[in-house]
Amino acid sequence: MPTVALASPTDWKGWRNAARNLCAQGVRPEAVEWQSGEAQPGLFAEAADTALTASPSVQTRVPSAFLTLSRLVICHRDAERFARLYRLLFRLQREHHLLANAADPDVAWAHGCAKAIRRDRHKMHAFVRFRKVGEQGGRERFAAWFEPDHRIVELATPFFVRRFPNMDWAILTPERSAIWQDGALRYEAGASRQDVPDADIVEVEWKAYFAAIFNPARLKVKAMTAEMPKKYWRNLPEAVLIPGLIAKAGDRSDAMRTDGVTEPNALSKRIARRRES
Amino acid sequence: MAAKTMIEKLKILADAAKYDASCASSGTSKRSAIGTAGLGSTEGMGLCHAYAPDGRCISLLKVLLTNFCTFDCRYCVNRVSSNVERARFTPEELVRLTLDFYKRNYIEGLFLSSGIIRSPDYTMEQIVEVARSLREDHGFLGYIHLKSIPEASPELIEAAGRHADRLSINIELPRAEGLRHYAPEKSAKTIRAAMGNVRSGIDANRGERRSRLVRKAKPPRFAPGGQSTQMIVGADGSDDMQILTASTSLYGDYRLRRVYYSAYSPIPDASADLPPIRPPLVREHRLYQADWMLRFYGFEVGEIMEGGAQGMLDLAIDPKLAWALVHREWFPVDINRAPRARLLRVPGLGPVAIGKLLKARRSAKLRLDDLARLTVSVKKLLPFIEAADWSPGVLTDSAGLAARVRPPAEQLSLF
Repeated sequence: MPTVALASPTDWKGWRNAARNLCAQGVRPEAVEWQSGEAQPGLFAEAADTALTASPSVQTRVPSAFLTLSRLVICHRDAERFARLYRLLFRLQREHHLLANAADPDVAWAHGCAKAIRRDRHKMHAFVRFRKVGEQGGRERFAAWFEPDHRIVELATPFFVRRFPNMDWAILTPERSAIWQDGALRYEAGASRQDVPDADIVEVEWKAYFAAIFNPARLKVKAMTAEMPKKYWRNLPEAVLIPGLIAKAGDRSDAMRTDGVTEPNALSKRIARRRES
Repeated sequence: MAAKTMIEKLKILADAAKYDASCASSGTSKRSAIGTAGLGSTEGMGLCHAYAPDGRCISLLKVLLTNFCTFDCRYCVNRVSSNVERARFTPEELVRLTLDFYKRNYIEGLFLSSGIIRSPDYTMEQIVEVARSLREDHGFLGYIHLKSIPEASPELIEAAGRHADRLSINIELPRAEGLRHYAPEKSAKTIRAAMGNVRSGIDANRGERRSRLVRKAKPPRFAPGGQSTQMIVGADGSDDMQILTASTSLYGDYRLRRVYYSAYSPIPDASADLPPIRPPLVREHRLYQADWMLRFYGFEVGEIMEGGAQGMLDLAIDPKLAWALVHREWFPVDINRAPRARLLRVPGLGPVAIGKLLKARRSAKLRLDDLARLTVSVKKLLPFIEAADWSPGVLTDSAGLAARVRPPAEQLSLF
């Protein structure tokens, strides 16, 4: 049985090279074993089997949508992703329009994974909270701690580069860290929460804003948690306020309805008179 | 009196801004600070950086420049006759706050509005100055939404449009009569004229940008995110039919990107002639669903209202289902043959699922199992569709159908 050892759990290039060769040789999906070192970290293969990296004699063709799709799916934690993506690739050689059929179980699985990855990336773009570390050479420096569901750090980082090219920043996660310094990007190993400062002076203003923009007469906790699940709360400075805001919402809203209403005061009457005259 | 701290001002001026429903940061041009000395980007897609316990997205720093106001709009927390505490940001303070929040990735940008102080022109100048300073002094490329003051001069609206991604003018109440009664200083005519100016600004700018002659030196964009407005629901006596008719005209005549519906919500220190009520949240929700039907499903207001009664939508079920129940003759729809427009009428099928379905049915005759992979709930569709292995038979016409699809009464309240 051909065994493919990939360099990392998100080694898309390695997977593509091996898959292209296996496919050209007509190797059936169920005959391949894929390893990415997830089970035994540190046992990453130096290079894939040379038989699998030699240039193929038969062209393997796929629609460009499959390239985009597979790049996303590879970041998913589904342990079967390499095998299932290879099965899709294998089937695509005969079923050219397979990807258009979202009702096919393999296609539906891939779309489902891609959707989870896009959501995870979207939430990372939304919920990373930078804390200021200082300034160096005229550049402000920030750091953030984040815990994504999937292996999306490299997928999500370009957004922060487009947005904050003139700051220095580091986004640290348990498995991988992205560091942008003096206009250069690099990725390093995972880090820990303690590597990021535990407060930022502006958080006081941000929390004041979060509390003030909430309308207690419209409490809808489920609508909030559907989009901002509790798993994210521990890394969101404003989230510590949520239980208190919920607890007091009923009383605040009742008070607005039971407290007296205001008759037009002297100033507003004067304005009204001026308008009528 | 001691000067207010930033925190105190922020609390007052965010509290004063929260009755505006809009917080969208989508639909503008794509920009990035790479290659500039500035800060910020827009990605086309909106991004919500947090959610408040009211379920609303927090995408922008939504504040007023000041809540001092000379107008006396009865539904408004900031009307001159209210006793709420007042505060005012300087443009510099607000610029600093926006940048501080933005750099920490709390927000996509700024949504700035204001009470009317001194004169509409003076107020609009202050609003424009904040946007100008962000764009020109700080190279800020994030999202800016400015509330335009209808009574301000067209030159100031023009300047606002050059800096802003989106401009909005709130129509507030759907009927001119309600506005006369509850917002004596505002006029429906002035509001519509101002919307018309913004629309011509956007159109003229689009024309100039397209013109071949100036392709090399494209004029700067004018409000690339378009304009939006808000209507308050449940304050005056307008019914849903009147509200949706007003929306249709706004989408058509002024090409608004969005009409927001905001359930009239209790405010501290309410006016005696508009006392606080429980916000009609379910009604607001149904209006949003109806709005979607107008914009994406090819329905007319008249058709939507057939599912309701006396000018009001049915609160218990969504308006598309309500329409289907009084139009059984349209169903069942064959998911393997029906054109897109007809599929859009099936309760429970949306444009995204239909897009996938149309592609998928080229590969194979669709069965219920296939459909389950394309859409969230097949069960809801059953009375209204035919598939390769399914025909609803008498289910579509059965007298009990309405009762079966109607949720039990206790689910009505969104509280």
